[in-house]
Parts: sequence; C-alpha cells; structure tokens
Amino acid sequence: MTSRAANCPNCGAPLVYRWSSSVQTVCEYCRSIVVRTDVDVKKVGQVGDLPYDASPIQLSTEGRYGDKGFVVAGRILYQYEQGTWNEWRIVLDGGADGWLSDAQNAFAVSFLTSGLKIPTLSQAALGRSFVWNGTSFTVVSRTLAHYAGVEGELPFEYWDKTDVTFVDLRSEGADFATIDYSDEAPALYIGKAVDFDTLRLRNVRTFEGW
Amino acid sequence: MVEAQGRPPVSVRSVNCPNCGAATAVRTFGHAVNVVCQSCRSILDATNPGVTILQRYTDAVREEPLIPLGTRGKLLDIECEVVGFQVRQIVVDDVAYQWREYLLFNPYREFRYLTEYAGHWNVVSTLDALPEGGPTPDSSARSYGGQRYRHFQTAEATTTFVLGEFPWQIRVGDMTTGSDYVAPPLMLSAEVDADKEVTWSLGRYLRADEIWTSLSLPGKPPRPVGVFANQPSPSQGATRAMWRNAALLVVLATVLWIAHLASARGKEAFAQTYVFDPKTAQEASLVTPVFELDGRPTAVQIETATSLDNQWMFVGYALVNDETGQAFEVARDVSYYHGVEDGESWTEGAATDAVALPSVPAGRYFLRIETEGERTASPVRYRVRVVRDVPTSLWFIVAVVLIVIPPILASRRALLFERRRWQESDHG
Repeated sequence: MTSRAANCPNCGAPLVYRWSSSVQTVCEYCRSIVVRTDVDVKKVGQVGDLPYDASPIQLSTEGRYGDKGFVVAGRILYQYEQGTWNEWRIVLDGGADGWLSDAQNAFAVSFLTSGLKIPTLSQAALGRSFVWNGTSFTVVSRTLAHYAGVEGELPFEYWDKTDVTFVDLRSEGADFATIDYSDEAPALYIGKAVDFDTLRLRNVRTFEGW
Repeated sequence: MVEAQGRPPVSVRSVNCPNCGAATAVRTFGHAVNVVCQSCRSILDATNPGVTILQRYTDAVREEPLIPLGTRGKLLDIECEVVGFQVRQIVVDDVAYQWREYLLFNPYREFRYLTEYAGHWNVVSTLDALPEGGPTPDSSARSYGGQRYRHFQTAEATTTFVLGEFPWQIRVGDMTTGSDYVAPPLMLSAEVDADKEVTWSLGRYLRADEIWTSLSLPGKPPRPVGVFANQPSPSQGATRAMWRNAALLVVLATVLWIAHLASARGKEAFAQTYVFDPKTAQEASLVTPVFELDGRPTAVQIETATSLDNQWMFVGYALVNDETGQAFEVARDVSYYHGVEDGESWTEGAATDAVALPSVPAGRYFLRIETEGERTASPVRYRVRVVRDVPTSLWFIVAVVLIVIPPILASRRALLFERRRWQESDHG
C-alpha cells in the first residue's frame, strides 16, 4: 500500500490517500472532494451532509470475501424512489478494487469487468437473460437513482453525477451482476450475493438498543 | 463484534407528525423511509428532515396487529424486532382474502417478514439466487435448492392498511402481483412490481405456538382455520413410515406363510370309501372308526371325492374327539353338473370337495358323517380322506388385510388434507 500525503487545497488539512488506486477522496475536515492528478490535488466539489443512514458498514470496516480480506475505503450513496443504498468501495488483500453493495442489509460483492458484451439499457428488460463467463444472469430490477453523496477514497472521480440507471441481475447460483448506465459506455460489475455471516465483518457500526 | 472505531453508535430518533403533532419513535434508524404516525396513522416521509405527509389515513376501521410493534425475539435463530405491519388482500371471485405481514428488523441482517393468514404463520426471507424454471413467475413448477415447488396461486395483492415503518415507500393501495409455489413446509414466492423489479422469497411455515414462544407473547395464538398452502400435512412422513412398517410386516407374514407351507406334513390320518344311496335313505348317518391326529394343533383337511354325475349331495361332518367330546362341525354341498347346450359343453360344480378345519388339537378322533340327497337320484360312491397338518392360507390373507388397513386409512387422510390444501389454489 503506497500512501501519498497532500494538503487539502481548500482548508490546508492533511490528506492521505491510503490506496494507490484512489483517485478521489473527501477531506475529513471541510468535506471538499479532492481529486488527485499526476502533479497535485485539486478541489472539485463539496459534499453536503450525508443522509441519516443505517448501514452497519463504515469506512475502515474489515471483512472477508472468499479467501481474501478486505477493508472499506470509500462509499457512494445512492437514492432512488424506494429509499437509499450504498456502494462501498473495498480494497482486497493484494490491492484489487471491489464494491460491496448494501441495500437495506442485502449485501453483494462485485468487481468491474472488461471485455464482456454489455446489453443496452433497452435490451436489459426485466426477465431478460445474458450469459457472461458461462453463467446465465437474469435482470431482476431496473432502478433509476440519484447520486446522494460520497465518502472516503474512490478509484475514480465521482461527484457530479445526477440521474443514473442501474440494472441488477441474478443467477440460479447466487451470482450477482449490476450494470451502471451512468456513463456513455455502460460498466458491468460481476460478483456474488453474500450474507452478513459470510462477510465476517469487523469494526461495524453499533446501534442503540442492539 | 468489534466496537466501532469510526462513528458513534447510531442513535434512536423519532419523527413528529405534521398532521397531529404526535411523536413516533423510529426503530430502524436510517432505514426508515416511511413511518406511520402512531397516533393519526398518516404515512410520513422519514427521509426528509422536514417530515412530510405522504398519505392521510381515511379508513374508519383500524386494524390491530396481533403482535405489537416493538416486539423482539428470535425467529429461526435470528434476533429481530417487529417494526412494520401491513394488511394486504387479494380478491378471488369477488371474495376478498386478507393476510397480515409483520416486518422484522435486525440492524445487521436483511429485513424479513412474518406473515399470518387465518392463524397460519410463515417467516419469509428474500432469496439471493433465482429458482430454476424461469426467473419471471408463471404457473409452471420451480426448483430451488434441489427442492421442487408446485405452483399454488398467482394474484394481484393490494395493501389495505399500514402501521409502523418501512425501509421503502409504502402506501395504502399499492399493488403487486404475487405468485406462490409450495413444497410444505416451504413456500417460494415471487413478487413483481410492474416492469421494475422481481423479488423471490422463501417462506417457512411455523406453528402459531412456536411464534408465541419465540416472541414471548402473552396468551394463546388464534387457532388456525383450514389448511394453508404450505402447511405441513400432519401425516407427512408418518404415512410413509406406516407403509414402510406395513411392508415389513407383510414380508414377515409372507416368510411365516412360506415356512408354514414348507413345513406342513400333509399326513393322511384316515381314508375310507362309502356308498350313499338316496333311494334307500334320503338322510343317512354313519360314524367312522377312531383315528389318531398327532403333533401340534394344526389344520385338518377333510376331502370328499364323489362319483356325482349331474347330481348333488349334502355332506355334514363332525370331527369328534373321542376322549373329550369336543366336536368340529362343517357342512358341505357337493354337486357336479355338465351338458351340451347349443353345441357348447358346460360344467358346473365339481365332484370333489375339500375343507380345512384350523388348529385341531392332537388326540383320538372319529368322524360322524351325515349325507343327504334327492330321493330319485342314483347311488353315490364317495371317499372320505382326513389329512393332518395341511397348509392353510386364510390367516395369511387376513393378516395382510389387517396390516394394510391402517396405512390405507392414513393415506386417505393425507389425500383429503392435500385436497383441502389445493382447493384454495388456482388449481382447485
């Protein structure tokens, strides 16, 4: 892990990029969104107060996926008509990036893929199936969401998105896939649905009365 | 679980109703999207710090949940709190059927439901994997986790009453299409929300008393009415066990029967030929010499071989113990007729007869023979033969019948139960 230190261009507070693959971070003091370039860092935006949410996960929560440990490095919070969900950016042992999504405590871990054929948004209708890497995935939900906030370090710039459409797919074997249609070229993430016990989370949030 | 390093514990808060001013405690922390005001039943938007009213409560009738909101306990090994309650209904042939759903919360786990219809309870969890047989519901069977589920019902459900809080938007009047597939005690369900989402879930049937114990509820639960879609049959498993036991007993009886057939000696104890002339005596009676029946109390066969030809006779036997006077009586009609009619030859009856007396104790016996016939008939020669220790099969047949009656009755009960179950389905 190569840490790289800098100072917040807005308030001067020290900034630490704990993961080399991080491009963006949020200043812990002034909530400026700071993007790292080849030469320096620059402020690109500001995070408002994050909605009061109740994910048991937080930055620096640790857990396991398969035979690898991971730590939570950042987060994107989405809002949609039914509520909110989190995409937690996780960094696995060895430095690989992944995403732990948490929708009302329904968890899935997925990884960005490349080179796979991705259907267009209109092709990805509810109930349609697509085969990737030999596994058949079926569309189980289409969600129009709004970016609602970021936290921690992210592997890309992500701060000015407005409406984004996500398509979630599942297999007959707990495989999970999600297609992010927010960019011109859609991005396909593939992984597994996981339950709380198999994640073996440490350093989770605590709840009054529980 | 390790104490959180980062943020302080998530604290409980409450929302104030803009309609009536009452405060309602929020039990699911930031998960609460909609909260129903506990006082005026308005549905409030809890995601908005200003709290707005999403839907006002209009119905005159208030539903009271059987399980109060805030109840905590362990259901299927997971600690949970009842945080939301909704009544939903389907309408089939103009009849509305209502059931109740309790939303179960644990801050680290997925939300679950506890459903109740006519005293029948299910704990329902959403599924991570799709069932086999197609991801979108239809009326064909599905498989999940190696278990086959038969389609039970597809219906449009409407939310008619809500209470508590929900981690998603909820309104009275919400409609979804639900399909249920059953493999008691499990039920696979799919819920389709327009063209946006298909959610598969798995319900497990629990007895009301199990729910009451798990949640430490006071009093007694209402008695279940009728047979529910995934209610386990009371004879499930039991019927199979009964058939297995019956099969074992039949095998045992068959072995005994075969051993009996093989060991029967078939020893001739007495044989004598007599002539009966009905012209001289329409009814005749004679007594045989005494003969010995030896060994264990076994069956005795009395055989009558006659020269009857288009004629009948009646033979009455009394096997009498010479020492004790104990008598075994049996009466036989022997007749043999034959002829040709329209070029076809026919016969009726037989000139010989055999009858077995079961379990005759050893001893010295004689036969008293009474014969009877038509006065006009010709004389009949008949040979009487007494055979000791002949094989008998009647007991075997009776045993088999007695063995299979209980499982047949149980199967019938199980069948009736299944019929009642499926009567309530789309296929009834």
